[in-house]
Amino acid sequence: MLIASALSALLALALLGVLAGGEMWRHRVVYFCCGLASLVLLAGGLKHLGTTPGTGPEVVLPIGLPWMQAHFRLDNLSALFMVVVNLSTAAASFYGIGYCSHLPEPRRVTPFFPLFLFGMNAVLIADDAFMFLVSWEFMSLASWLLVLADHKKPENRSAAMIYLMMATFGTFCLLTCFGLLAGAEGGYSFPAMRKATLDSTAGFLVVALALLGAGSKAGLVPLHAWLPLAHPAAPSHVSALMSGVMTKVALYGLIRILFDLHGQVPWGWGPAIMVIGGVTAVLGVLYAVLQDDLKTLLAYSTVENIGVVMIGLGLAIAFKGSGENMLAALALVAGLYHIVNHSIFKTLLFLSAGAVITATGHRDLGRLGGLLKRMPWTGAATLVGAAAIAALPPLNGFVSEWLIFQSLFKGPSLPHWAMKFGVPVVGAMLALAAALAAACFVRAFGIAFLGRPRSREAAEAHQLPYSMRLPMAALAALCIVLGAMPVTVTDALSGVVFPLTGVHFAVSSDLGWPWLSPVSSTRGSYSGTVLVMVGLGLFAVTILLVHGFGTTRVRRADAWDCGHPEDIPESQYTGQSFAQPLRRVFCSSLFGARETVRMPEPGDMAPASLKVRLIDPIWVYLYLGIGRVVDFIADRVNRMQFLTVRRYLLMMFATLVFMLLVVAVRQQK
Amino acid sequence: MAISQISYELAHLIGATVLMAGFQLLYQRRLFAVLNTFAFQAVALAAAAAWQAHIQDAPHLYVTAVIALVFKAMIVPFALHWLVEKLGIQRSVETAMSIGWTMMAGVGLVALSILLVLPVTANAAALTRESLALAMSVVLLGLLMMITRRNAVSQVVGFMALENGLILAAVSAKGMPLVVEISIAFSVLVAMTLFGIFFFRIRERFDTLDLHDLETWRGDRQ
Repeated sequence: MLIASALSALLALALLGVLAGGEMWRHRVVYFCCGLASLVLLAGGLKHLGTTPGTGPEVVLPIGLPWMQAHFRLDNLSALFMVVVNLSTAAASFYGIGYCSHLPEPRRVTPFFPLFLFGMNAVLIADDAFMFLVSWEFMSLASWLLVLADHKKPENRSAAMIYLMMATFGTFCLLTCFGLLAGAEGGYSFPAMRKATLDSTAGFLVVALALLGAGSKAGLVPLHAWLPLAHPAAPSHVSALMSGVMTKVALYGLIRILFDLHGQVPWGWGPAIMVIGGVTAVLGVLYAVLQDDLKTLLAYSTVENIGVVMIGLGLAIAFKGSGENMLAALALVAGLYHIVNHSIFKTLLFLSAGAVITATGHRDLGRLGGLLKRMPWTGAATLVGAAAIAALPPLNGFVSEWLIFQSLFKGPSLPHWAMKFGVPVVGAMLALAAALAAACFVRAFGIAFLGRPRSREAAEAHQLPYSMRLPMAALAALCIVLGAMPVTVTDALSGVVFPLTGVHFAVSSDLGWPWLSPVSSTRGSYSGTVLVMVGLGLFAVTILLVHGFGTTRVRRADAWDCGHPEDIPESQYTGQSFAQPLRRVFCSSLFGARETVRMPEPGDMAPASLKVRLIDPIWVYLYLGIGRVVDFIADRVNRMQFLTVRRYLLMMFATLVFMLLVVAVRQQK
Repeated sequence: MAISQISYELAHLIGATVLMAGFQLLYQRRLFAVLNTFAFQAVALAAAAAWQAHIQDAPHLYVTAVIALVFKAMIVPFALHWLVEKLGIQRSVETAMSIGWTMMAGVGLVALSILLVLPVTANAAALTRESLALAMSVVLLGLLMMITRRNAVSQVVGFMALENGLILAAVSAKGMPLVVEISIAFSVLVAMTLFGIFFFRIRERFDTLDLHDLETWRGDRQ
């Protein structure tokens, strides 16, 4: 009931957003109300998450197709994703209160923002395929309009076009997928789909289409091409939601189909999904580490994290298909944990990127630097987010990646050779991705916030209003809390996982409350709580030692110049130079990276230059290849427009004879 | 029993005659011969309709027979004859495919229709089955004629032959209402009139009825 009223409030807010016009305070009110609605939805999700697992309350509304009303249901999986979604949307909405006045055209953003929130929430509670797809398209179209908010830039328009095409493709795949799930009788409600049994061909197609459909929205390689174009094109608080939350809604769709509606996915899909996830993770982070644009970097990092989650989901499928339900629950918990974490720190990082852009007007790393001093709040929050996404303990990113590794190590225990040989490979990919992610965020944070300013605007960056700082601080605090109390989170997640795997999962089995020991206490255990306590204790002891026993004599010396005795910002490390070793090692063959250095002759006044050329192999070979094939076919088909009457008759005749032949041959059997 | 055997054989014979005429149309090299053959086919069709009227005891099929005889065996061939003379069309038929190949394709089409129709109509009476197979062959042969002839007049004849096949199918199946046949007959007449007008127009404009020459006049081709 509360949820329904919050959702209808969002629809009403969209209308208010249209009426807001040029008055900035009205836009602020709309964002504030969006934040409140998100908080209400968040509370609803949390409340349901605490209840015992079950089918959940159902609501049937007499809208939609006449013979099939709209079904909504809130079960534990929906409730979890509702929490994930609305945590971030609340932060982004409150952030929007301060941020909207910095947008070039707030009137193109405010009306669609509540619609976007509505669409995402409606996908989560839909209980039939029709409502699911309608809400899914609602979400896609609203976010498409938001991508187009700054439509005067041509690159934004082309990004929106590519996004629209990929979204159409994805929805088409999902539509076909649900059609197969519904079967010949057309049971389009989710309970009917659960009951239906699929034959092996249909089952295979359902999984493949779900991967294509939801994967294109989530950004699985090679369907990720639109993501790093479209996510950065939107205003930052929307980018945060698209990257942090909308990809999670896509994963919700995938989990709903693979673990709930399909029921029995064969184990062989597990290794396949894991490999897709591993490739996605490595390629995503390699792209990310090369980017100079702060928001594009974050978008590619989203691709990486989706890959990490997919490894967890693939493992869960492999375990579940082999009957190891307890391990499946562990892998699923790990994947869901990473979903929760990524939604929080990716939202945080995009919001801080928005703050940086607002304060300096630049999103190119080469023009930032030294911001920590000018923007301490943003800097501190970004540091927490970057550490969390780089999976440093005791933050939340570490716990989920550690859990994924723990379940990965149990993979070879399955009696399949694909798992025995494949798991170490995927494990190596995951480790590589994690290490590169750390390098990527050391680079992003170090270049943007540390060192000396690289432009006048960065040197004159100003502090931002509280409405923008507080949401970031809250998200940073959540990163710490979720990392410090891992057992509380896994206990909550085990309630979500129970209906999907059929086992009650307790991750802190033999060591007691604060310890995570998913497999056994001798194989590995971790407690963020204890780690934080010990860390704080050591911190206090160090302070005591330094201040109690250290010398108090004042000593004068030169300040350390960090190895840059000249006061020229250009002599610092740049984003490019930081990425150069990685570019040379990993990207010269993969992305065809080539550097051309031009040194002017002595006496020539022209500046020296270093040009780096990168080729995106997936874009060039896959997408442009598809484009060429389509062009080729179109060219051939175009010729059919200029045939003679007799040739047209011949075609019709040939078609007729062919069809008759097909009928004749089929009859003979 | 003997009577029904004879009626079956005779219906079969007449249907086969229509089909034979269809084959004849394929290898005529002279325009007037095409028209004569077409008239012969129409007469055979009228005979088939009349015989069906007799054995099915369905008087309205006599009307069909009369329509076929008057319109298709007389008016249409005479009109086309007159047109050809009036317009001074070159009387040889240009084929797009050699006659031998055309005949072989025709045989293949007949085989295809027999393969197709006989299993589908396994439950129907033997007479209907055979006649349907024959009728379908005639339709396919008419289509074949339309695509293997360059001359507009012989394409029209191909269309009419195709239509003969439809009528043959219609009279062989029991219970086909008269109104359908009459409307088909009139639509063919209308089509014939339209074709005639077009012939005049095309001739006036381009001095030829060979479609091959007309193609060069299309706006989208140089």
